[in-house]
Amino acid sequence: MNGKERTLRGKVAIAGIGETTYYKHGKSPDSEFALALQAILRACADAGIEPRQIDGFASYSNDRNDPSRIAAALGLPALRFSNMQWGGGGGGGSAAVGNAAAAVAGGIADCVVVFRSLAQGQFQRFGAAPPGSAVSGEAALTFPYGLISPAQRFAMRVMRFMHDHGIDEGAQRAIALASYHHAQANPRAVMHGRPLTLETYDTSRWIVEPFRLYDCCMENDGAAAVIVVSAERARDLRPRPAYLLGVAQGSEHRNAARGHNAPLYATSSFTTVAPQLYDMAGVEAKDVRVVQSYENFTGGVLMSLVEHGFFTAEEANDFLQVENLLAPKGRLPLNTSGGNLAECYMHGLELVIEAVRQIRGESTSQVPDADVSMVISGPMVTPVSSLILGGDRS
Amino acid sequence: MTTAQYYLPAGMPAPVPEADGLDKPYWEGTRRGELMVQRCRSCHTWQWGPEWICHACLSFDMGWERIEGRGIIYSWERAWHPVHPALKDHGPYIVVLVELPRAGNIRMLGNLLGDPRQLVKIGASVEAVFEPHDLAKVPFTLVHWKLSERSAA
Repeated sequence: MNGKERTLRGKVAIAGIGETTYYKHGKSPDSEFALALQAILRACADAGIEPRQIDGFASYSNDRNDPSRIAAALGLPALRFSNMQWGGGGGGGSAAVGNAAAAVAGGIADCVVVFRSLAQGQFQRFGAAPPGSAVSGEAALTFPYGLISPAQRFAMRVMRFMHDHGIDEGAQRAIALASYHHAQANPRAVMHGRPLTLETYDTSRWIVEPFRLYDCCMENDGAAAVIVVSAERARDLRPRPAYLLGVAQGSEHRNAARGHNAPLYATSSFTTVAPQLYDMAGVEAKDVRVVQSYENFTGGVLMSLVEHGFFTAEEANDFLQVENLLAPKGRLPLNTSGGNLAECYMHGLELVIEAVRQIRGESTSQVPDADVSMVISGPMVTPVSSLILGGDRS
Repeated sequence: MTTAQYYLPAGMPAPVPEADGLDKPYWEGTRRGELMVQRCRSCHTWQWGPEWICHACLSFDMGWERIEGRGIIYSWERAWHPVHPALKDHGPYIVVLVELPRAGNIRMLGNLLGDPRQLVKIGASVEAVFEPHDLAKVPFTLVHWKLSERSAA
């Protein structure tokens, strides 16, 4: 078997998408587990399958909602696949879809749900220090110096990248403004009806330089799910399935070296992953019509787009102008649902759902002929992942 | 030593050595005012943070060497939003990532002493400053950095 035969390209598809209402942090009236069940049932309804046809689950970022409990709660006849992608943050969003796809393509399971559920008001927030007064391991090298939250962990990577390439703060601003612009067309978005102006961005407070308030994602309550089945089955279920063209995960050489000692420091972690992705998908950056790029912080999006080949670091100041990033006519419509900044921080699974909507032609900020649709998950963590979906013509 | 002599307020998370002993020589060194990092006894590669194996030659024979606390600022950030209760109402502070050219360009973290609103320059020379916390339940010493006239190269 040669390398080209060992591919997922075109073998599986996302046949269903489901989301709960998206809430502000701490505002969900339902428990996190109930939210997960709601999203899964909505994805089943969207796909037109009976919930009891589900036989597998994949998630990421240590999702608290155990597949065996879900299988019991839903009365599934049998559980055939349960998978957790290692690594925190949103880096596993695309990888979880890839893991589900591998299970379906390899005959391990037939109908795998990828889900993520977060009700942070019921648990610990990401952006606040965890309880406890003593730290060890890598945290002992960072926490005592006030280097604690994700924003603080990643700010120095972005600071170095901007320094190396002469990138000014307008690049990050354009990314934030594009997400908020698209959220205004999306009634599901938490920031719907709350537009962001250039002036508001420029006068917003620093969280940690070089990130202002609007460079940082929200934290929200809600759940999202997608249904992964074989391409053949997807065609029977519904028109315009979103085929998986490629998926890749990982990070470059010694990315996790402790104490910020990654040899390539100023990276979103995609320098080896993005070439793998394009190789499997059989497309190039110029073929991609629309991108959902995980915004933990806008600087991470900046580096992700460079590392996926949409422009060079030296072109970033020119390319990252708001008009270039807007649907329908921009050069690279970005985060067309509002993303983590302005739709919902559903840990990036909402980005996968938006990428599917673009393939179906159902986005609230639709890009014409969006037959190649990309998702980039969780920049700057490790492992990261990204995927490319295609429509009938891809 | 009083709280006012610390760069950050009292009540920040305190470092304790790992239970498996991996980073014990580092934390013991800071108590003596010495900066100890790993160096492979087989291939002499410098390594930081600590690990049980040399990433270059895969030898488990990792030694520890005292290094001079001199480096250059590789990157930095100024944190404003207080993410820890001890930082409430404290105001901004600076974290630097320092590259050590005399130890294989390994990098170390710490706070940059001085005005928290100062202009920070990547490439500036800095030297280590030890900050003992003798009254902590388990006494420890942090390593900060201050601007230096002398070149670190």
